[in-house]
This record gives sequence, structure tokens and C-alpha cells, in this order.
Amino acid sequence: MALLGTVTVSHYLAVGAVLFVTGALCMATKRNALGVLMGIELVLNGANLNFVAFGSELLRKDNLGLDGSLMALFVIVLAAGEAAVALAIALNFYNNHMSIDIDQADDLKG
Amino acid sequence: MTLAVDAIAWHQFFFVMFALLTCGFAVGVLFSGNIVRMAFYLVLSLASSAGLFFLAGAEFVGAMQLMIYVGGTLVLLIFGVMLTAQDRFISLKTPAGEWVLSLIIGGTLLALLLAAAFRYEGWQQAELGDTTPTSSQADTTARLGLSLVGVRPDKLDDSPRKAGMSGYLFPFIIVSVHLLVVLVGAAYMARAKKRTTTTAR
Repeated sequence: MALLGTVTVSHYLAVGAVLFVTGALCMATKRNALGVLMGIELVLNGANLNFVAFGSELLRKDNLGLDGSLMALFVIVLAAGEAAVALAIALNFYNNHMSIDIDQADDLKG
Repeated sequence: MTLAVDAIAWHQFFFVMFALLTCGFAVGVLFSGNIVRMAFYLVLSLASSAGLFFLAGAEFVGAMQLMIYVGGTLVLLIFGVMLTAQDRFISLKTPAGEWVLSLIIGGTLLALLLAAAFRYEGWQQAELGDTTPTSSQADTTARLGLSLVGVRPDKLDDSPRKAGMSGYLFPFIIVSVHLLVVLVGAAYMARAKKRTTTTAR
């Protein structure tokens, strides 16, 4: 582990960047609406990792303190609500069109 | 005499392990074509990122990640996958042109973000002194709970003008009402539509 040295905020930011990019690519490339939802979850999780890293007292001296953890908690709660509503929309679309392919979701009125 | 166990830097070891698991399963979500496998990889990726939260000293956030995300949100997603899992929707193919374009854009974005993450020296400082958590730092859960009801135990010596204004009581209430509205709306939108026609008949 000599090549890594001490774990710093930058390493957490790197993991968060990977999560963010994979999530964004999921949102861009998946044709299944639930795959797009999974991409959103990945993006939110990457942002959460950054919040926790900046708020951690074990990684850096002038950290965010409690604010980082609290922001991460709010993000988790809002992500839960977002997933519930988006899943309801996806199921409604599936009931109306008998399809979950978002390429076919191009009309407002079913 | 030092044991062989002491020679391993356990913090770095666990960080590399959890980081590789998190990133690897996230890439698996991206490149898997099967929607059921994607859901499974997403569970594993989010669970191992909870391990990263524990390593950063945010044990309450890590526990919430495991309980709300992995235990709640992803079960909801897997329900959605199972409800819509007809044969032709299990693996929808993306055209190769879109893959190439999005991989180029994503690679550029990733290089930019990684360069930015390692650029600022303040994010790489390692001098911390004593990293053993004191007893006031160890009970993060109590301090988080106090902050959510409006008391900031780490900012008690603020100027009197700002006293009581740094808690999170108001966002907490807004989030609570928001969750209630979201649950009502989700139940309203996802309800079975066929019910009215059958009762009318």
C-alpha cells in the first residue's frame, strides 16, 4: 500500500467522480427506464461520498464538520422520495403503453 | 517484535478494497445489459460505498445508507424490475454509436474530475496529529440528532447573533412534509387503473 500513502480527501473525490461518471453514462445510454433510475442513484451516491469526505474529521483538519454528514442524510432521504415517485411514473407508463422502453415515451397523452 | 498483522496498513487496505468494489460494481451497472443483473450490481456498489462512509468516520450516515438505500430504495427498484420484467425488456440493446459518443464524453468528464480532485493541495494534506476520536467526537449519532432538532453542539461558542441559526430544524420539517407528499403522490400514481372499470360493470 506504499503507492497510496495516506488516504486523503482526494481519493474519496476520485471514487465519487467514478460513481458520478458511471451514473451519468447510465442515464445517457440505458433504454430501460429503470436503468435510468439506477444511473440517478449512482450519481446521488457519488455526491454523497463527496459530502461525507469533506465533512470527515478523520481526513482533513478544516473539514465541514457535522454539516457534511447532515447534507448526506438529506440527500439519502430525498433520493428515497425521488426513487418512489420515479418508480410510480415508470409503472404508470408501463401500465398505459405495455412498454418500459424510454424511446417510446415521446407523447404526453397515452 | 512486531506481528505480521501490524505491518499491514489496515485503513489503506480497507479503503482500496471498498473503493475497488464500489467502482467495479458501478462499472458493472454501466456495462451490463441485463436489467436484473444491473439491479444486483447496484445493490453491491451502494453497500460497499457504505463501507467507505464507515471508514471516513460517518458511521451514522453509513448505517442510514445501508438501511434506507440498500434496504428500502433498492428493494423498491427491484420490485419495479420484477413488475416490468417481460422477456423483451430484460436486455434492451443500445446502439453502438450512442455507446461510442457517450464513452468519449464520459471519459473526458472523468479525466477532468480526476484532475480536479488531485489538483488542490489542501485536499491532500495528511497532517492530522492524533486521529483517535475523542469521546465527544465518537457519539456522532447524538450530535446529528441534536443538529436535526436545531441545536448545534459543535458550534456552541458562535457569536450570540448567530446562536440557534445553524441548526437543521426547518429543513428537517420540510423534508418530513416532502416525504409525506411523495408517499401520497406515489401511491396515487401507481395505483391500479382497472379498478374503476370493474366496479362500474
